Amino acid sequence: MSVAKPLPHDAAKLHVTGAARYVDDIPTPSNTLHLAFGLSKIAAGTVTAMDLSAVKNAPGVVAVLTADDLPFANDVSPSNHDEPLLATDAVHYAGQPLFLVVATSHLAARHAARLGQIEIEKTKPILTLNDALAANSRFEDGPRIYQKGDAEAALQTAQQTLTGTINIGGQEHFYLEGQAALGLPQDNGDMVIHSSTQHPTEIQHKVAEALGLPMHAVRVETRRMGGGFGGKESQGNALAIACAIAAMKTGRPCKMRYDRDDDMIITGKRHDFRIDYTVGFDAEGRITALDFTHFTRCGWGMDLSLPVADRAMLHADNAYNLDNIRITSHRLRTNTQSATAFRGFGGPQGIVGIERVMDHIAQHLGTDPLRIRQINYYADAPSRNVQTTPYHQPVTDGIINALTGRLTQTSDYHARRQAVADWNASQPILKRGIALTPVKFGISFTLTHLNQAGALVHVYQDGSIHLNHGGTEMGQGLFQKIAQVAASRFGVDVSAVKITATDTGKVPNTSATAASSGTDLNGMAVQAACDTIRDRIADHLAQRYQAPADSITFADGMVMVGGETIPFARAVASAYENRVSLSSTGFYKTPDIEWDRITGRGRPFFYFAYGAAVTEVVIDTLTGENRILRADILHDAGASLNPALDTGQIEGGYVQGAGWLTTEELIWDDHGTLKTHAPSTYKIPACSDRPDIFNVALWDQPNPAQTVYRSKAVGEPPLMLGISAFAALADAVAACGPNYGDLQTPATAEAVLTAIGQTRA
Amino acid sequence: MDITFLLNGEVVSLTGLAPTTTLLDWLRETQHLTGTKEGCNEGDCGACTVMITDQDGSRALNGCILFMPQINGKSVTTVEGIGSPDGTLHPVQQSMIDHHGSQCGFCTPGFVVTMATAHLNGKTDHDIQLAGNLCRCTGYAPIIRAAQAAEPQPVPDHLKTFRLPNGQKSSGGPAQPDGGRQPPRHLHPQTTDDLAHWYAAHPDATLIAGATDVGLWVTKQFRPLGPIAFLNQIEDLRGITDAGNHWRIGAMTTITELEAHFAPHHPSLAAMLRRYGSTQVRNAATIGGNIANGSPIGDGPPALIAMGATLHLRHGDARRSLPLEDFFIEYGKQDRAPGEFVEAVTVPKQPDSLRCYKLSKRFDQDISAVCGCININRNKDTITDARIAFGGMAGTPKRAAQTEAALINQPFTEQTIRLAMTSLQQDFQPLSDVRASAQYRMATAQNMLLRYLLDAQGVQIDLHGVTA
Repeated sequence: MSVAKPLPHDAAKLHVTGAARYVDDIPTPSNTLHLAFGLSKIAAGTVTAMDLSAVKNAPGVVAVLTADDLPFANDVSPSNHDEPLLATDAVHYAGQPLFLVVATSHLAARHAARLGQIEIEKTKPILTLNDALAANSRFEDGPRIYQKGDAEAALQTAQQTLTGTINIGGQEHFYLEGQAALGLPQDNGDMVIHSSTQHPTEIQHKVAEALGLPMHAVRVETRRMGGGFGGKESQGNALAIACAIAAMKTGRPCKMRYDRDDDMIITGKRHDFRIDYTVGFDAEGRITALDFTHFTRCGWGMDLSLPVADRAMLHADNAYNLDNIRITSHRLRTNTQSATAFRGFGGPQGIVGIERVMDHIAQHLGTDPLRIRQINYYADAPSRNVQTTPYHQPVTDGIINALTGRLTQTSDYHARRQAVADWNASQPILKRGIALTPVKFGISFTLTHLNQAGALVHVYQDGSIHLNHGGTEMGQGLFQKIAQVAASRFGVDVSAVKITATDTGKVPNTSATAASSGTDLNGMAVQAACDTIRDRIADHLAQRYQAPADSITFADGMVMVGGETIPFARAVASAYENRVSLSSTGFYKTPDIEWDRITGRGRPFFYFAYGAAVTEVVIDTLTGENRILRADILHDAGASLNPALDTGQIEGGYVQGAGWLTTEELIWDDHGTLKTHAPSTYKIPACSDRPDIFNVALWDQPNPAQTVYRSKAVGEPPLMLGISAFAALADAVAACGPNYGDLQTPATAEAVLTAIGQTRA
Repeated sequence: MDITFLLNGEVVSLTGLAPTTTLLDWLRETQHLTGTKEGCNEGDCGACTVMITDQDGSRALNGCILFMPQINGKSVTTVEGIGSPDGTLHPVQQSMIDHHGSQCGFCTPGFVVTMATAHLNGKTDHDIQLAGNLCRCTGYAPIIRAAQAAEPQPVPDHLKTFRLPNGQKSSGGPAQPDGGRQPPRHLHPQTTDDLAHWYAAHPDATLIAGATDVGLWVTKQFRPLGPIAFLNQIEDLRGITDAGNHWRIGAMTTITELEAHFAPHHPSLAAMLRRYGSTQVRNAATIGGNIANGSPIGDGPPALIAMGATLHLRHGDARRSLPLEDFFIEYGKQDRAPGEFVEAVTVPKQPDSLRCYKLSKRFDQDISAVCGCININRNKDTITDARIAFGGMAGTPKRAAQTEAALINQPFTEQTIRLAMTSLQQDFQPLSDVRASAQYRMATAQNMLLRYLLDAQGVQIDLHGVTA
């Protein structure tokens, strides 16, 4: 069977030869036009005058559009209809698109876009969390509060309490392929869009709105993205809509791709957070009460900020059983880029909060932080007393104790912790730290209706298979994993399955490939489609060979029926000749989930994915410079559909998570201008930043929930393994002096040196 | 401009080319060779990496900030030409597939070209070779496994031998092709003399050496450059010569060449230069450009100042020399007359007491927040001479005069160093920016003095000497 095999990514050969086509690589007609946005340099105010004559007169410019030129909806928002494609009069952030240049080349459009003479009457921008709190600038009327037990009363009676604050920085996606779209006008006013998007249906929906057309007149195709990470869930809307409008107006193909600086200046990033906490605990460090307040900087538009902030609350417990917990969440509106989805979708920030609490308690008690973590863990399943999350979902699939136990052994955690302490005692300048942090991540969209997927499978009369589903490929290997599912259902080699571009004309009404759900949802839909066709073939063969249909098996490219073994292709040809339909859709919706996001009660998640990582670091107390020396990871992908691809998600997620919490620092100036808008100033991990020793293993148990081949989602959860690098840095800082070093994120060298100073103050 | 070069083995001759056309744009937009990707358009991500071959060998360069005239007379191999003409994959390509080294695949062509170039050159220090290629998906581990697995595989025949187009040195032409009536707007000089005379007559011109800085003026700032001279064909501006008691370093010497030269003599300097930009950047960037652009955060000048380097400037036939530190007057202002250019820098040979400490947010391929270069000579335990220069601490690369004074004739002890650390506050009033705060810059610069002492005492101070 093809599932569970460590096959390469389906496009690996195309990748290494440069033959894989991304949006900007698609051959276009010679009359294709190119677009660029003119951007606001001001963070808040009102446009009083826009002189675009120099733009219009620039070489190669064909047209310049402003909000007044838009025929229908001027909106790119995925949620609240609050994000105009082009500013009307109010300006909400530095980087907001004001006008659209249509030119004969990408370079000509970029040149011209700088020539606008814009007058803006400035108002004082709301930039920071404190600015927003002071101005009561927020989404939703007031804070959301989820609670279980009585945190306030339990804090009163707690043996000990600690309070603290952790600032958690945002994160630029830095997908290597910037945002891109191509609009090809069709006859009768229809539009075909190629978009680098995680959400083709959303693109279709927004383009249709912008063109004043029904959705059936717009078809969106996405073969692959050069990385997404959540940054292409909604942020591609503007480019696709701009292309569609310009293409409609000019009748010519229109392409738009952001230059890297524009991409970073215009698009949203991971939400930065401040988390305040008061925790009550006993002498052993068992938490008896916990009160969290999340402050979420959402930027100027709503985008996906509400579910992001919800998911942060839903991960405030991470892997810990908390009887008395209250989480208060403020969703604050600021004059900065509209923060958006990013791998983990708020979950990572929520988990950083509770992991900081664990470290704080451990340092206060002078205990190994792992001990504090373990005594607070949820029980493993099966447990006599089922524990519930702060949102009242029973945790019935727990494995974190066993998983942690195995990882401490394979990583030799306890001996190494002692070795680190001994080494630190002998070293005046360099200090090491080691930490184990767990991950428990809830799988399902919290907006329940998104948990559905469709597929379209054709079997041709030669036995070859055409596979299509609603998921998009951004490098995670989704297409290959699902092709392995399809091949397994038919008992054929995966080479018999043709992977095809995501296409709203083939599978409609899809959800974003997001929330780690791509394989779970689309894999099951494909399985259903394949099984429908396979059962029809079996029924036909049962009749022809006079054998019970349920005795017919499909394996190794053959079909076993009665005493005979016939090639799959012959079985297919036979079905075709007997007028059996060899095409089917498939559909899946996740069972057993229901959720009330206002009361904070229900079962938002179908299951949990688990993992843990041990990271060892070394820091330089003279400068705060630091390195990851070793990481050991044990991660739960259920019964992995493809261990090689899943391992790739884990390695990459860890490094991306560690980068978020260390070198990746977003800096805005006092006017709200993003100062880190290129890789020269925004530093994602480079090759030598990965751990010197990097051991990754998969947990070996299948998913107890009924998922596709009992696999588990693996897109987002590994990012949070990177939190162990941050905790290890905090551990190294703790070795520098007697006081508490309140390390903040991102733990740049400067932040580490600051925290070292606190330990010695 | 007119140029001739080889593209994946085929001769290409172009006339009338806009001189600031980048190789990346030309490949993608005119040749539809879309394997080479644009990731950042500023030489920081490596997605556009191409292999450039000439008589000195093959090296990886960033195509996004490589202007077409710079490849005149050379051979260009893109990702499309890395595999054999018969379709056989290059060993690094096959290895990348086997080891799952690609996920989204967008950075992959750049990685493949850098890896194939390293493979060709027998380089196995993969972290250093690949520091200029960013990947956001894999966490790099499978890419390194792929690079290691490909090491023993033979170099494919088609990459072993290369040829160069004929007439490789003809393009720039004489400085006065049409009798002096209408001098050429742009120049591709073959000799320093040609350059000197033309530049004296065109002091508004832009000189382009490696284009790692000027490239961004074009791709990001759209700055008009005026007349341009491309210096890449001037052989007598390149290279390092032994001149008895000093080394003479031609302005067009690349950082890669500089690093190789200094490795045996000043390993700490070489180690810092290995962190200057990335492989692709070091292969293009020149020491002359690094000095002449006057940046306060270039890593070359502090080290050269600490070594007592002398700068040699030329204007027409007139030459003058000055201590390198005197060249930097203030932020954005250097002691360089219009039409005058950096011809060479000379560095005295000396015992190796130089230590270079580069501090940046990311270890590799990052601009320094602080670059401290400390050169303290001792007679027994007494400090006889101290030359200390910092980048990132002022508007220019600058010597720490007060600090040096606090050290000279003092015993080489912690007490002396602590006093010198205080003096540093008289030498510098650093600024806060995206790379670091003023306080952090001062604190770490002071600690670099302490680090120098600890290093001399044999205390473990090197993060990279630690293993788990």
